[in-house]
Amino acid sequence: MKAMLAGFALIAVIAVGADFALERAGFSSQDRNSGADVRLN
Amino acid sequence: MPRLIFAFVLTLTLSMMAALVGQAQETATPAPDRSATGGAQTLEDILARQRGETVDSQFRSSATGNPDAAAAITQQLGTLGGQSDPELWRALRYNSADLRVSAGGPVAGVLVQDGGMSWLTFRAGPLRQYGGWLLLGTIGLLAVFFLLRGRIRIDGTKTGHTVTRFEFVERMAHWTLAGSFILLGLTGLLTLFGRVAIQPYLGKDVNSLLLIGSKWVHNSVSWAFMLALVTVFVMWVAHNIPNKWDLVWIRQFGGIIGKKHPPAKKFNAGQKVIFWSVILFGASISVSGLSLLFPFEMPLFAKTFAILNDLGLPQWAGYDPLPTVLAPQEEMQLAQLWHAIVAFVLMAIIIAHIYIGTLGMEGAYDAMGSGEVDEAWAHQHHSIWLEEVQQKERDKLASSGATPAE
Repeated sequence: MKAMLAGFALIAVIAVGADFALERAGFSSQDRNSGADVRLN
Repeated sequence: MPRLIFAFVLTLTLSMMAALVGQAQETATPAPDRSATGGAQTLEDILARQRGETVDSQFRSSATGNPDAAAAITQQLGTLGGQSDPELWRALRYNSADLRVSAGGPVAGVLVQDGGMSWLTFRAGPLRQYGGWLLLGTIGLLAVFFLLRGRIRIDGTKTGHTVTRFEFVERMAHWTLAGSFILLGLTGLLTLFGRVAIQPYLGKDVNSLLLIGSKWVHNSVSWAFMLALVTVFVMWVAHNIPNKWDLVWIRQFGGIIGKKHPPAKKFNAGQKVIFWSVILFGASISVSGLSLLFPFEMPLFAKTFAILNDLGLPQWAGYDPLPTVLAPQEEMQLAQLWHAIVAFVLMAIIIAHIYIGTLGMEGAYDAMGSGEVDEAWAHQHHSIWLEEVQQKERDKLASSGATPAE
């Protein structure tokens, strides 16, 4: 049971970490596919 | 036998690919008489398309002018450069115009991409239909099997002595893979079926909320799946190399049908099938998933099709060569369909795996729950592995000079 919970916790950590890292690395669609000339907000 | 299985898998794979690509390929039919329109499309062509019939549009798609035979610039119509306006628009329509864009790359150079309709039709039709039935059918078959066979019980009584089947790190990697796969499966199903299974009943707002959440979970959790997949492969590949005991296991149907308990090492033939399915299908889903995660940056299919054509496999299976020039959008569409098809197959296999690991077999869950299995269970399902473990323990005790307490 502990191993299962540890595995699930790892999923959460990796998911949040991946989202944060890719966002920081400029991999969002906004960063990749638009420029300063495109107003998105 | 292995050759037969290989041929079957190959034919199945090629059939699926051909079905995907066949959506975009138009079958050749005898050319209708278009003399009345001077070779342009006729009313019958338009009506046939509206009836949903396949129309060979070669007569239109290739009528895009000829700049090489253009009249000189000083002559009448010379300024058109060998292409009339309709011919230019046709070239744009069939994505064969010599188009240059200043931003956006090859993706932006595709102004009309009619492969999108084939993709949408396939995704909304056969993909949902066959995929859904595959999962429901698997659950139904397992229910019937459970009613007929019941739970596979441990023969006799439990010994009360346990052996460690999986260490903590093995179980943690398994649950990381399992948990992430279930999340990916559920969010994938929500994405595919939300519009038909949720929106009509719970409304657009709920469906939208679920889709936004599913997108985040699917994109982010995929990294945990890929990491766990590699970990599990490294940990267990040595135990999953086929051996002679697998043939005995297969001959006795793994003891699932009948009362025999075929001998097995750490993993029996059935578990090896699960392992290799997870690894191979999981890797295929991961690669097509990466292609989808980074749109237009990892095109897979044109190159794969070229290799398959060079090997002559589609021709061998009776199909035309697969297309080797694909619009960037078509690459994404094929990646999405392939991703979903392979995921459906793996989901069906995993449903069966979950069944046998929980409800279907007494004592099986302990292996991944606490990691400790009863010796009676181990003896009945993994007798060679149990002997190896016990021998190791005896050797360890002997080397330490202690006397085993019997």
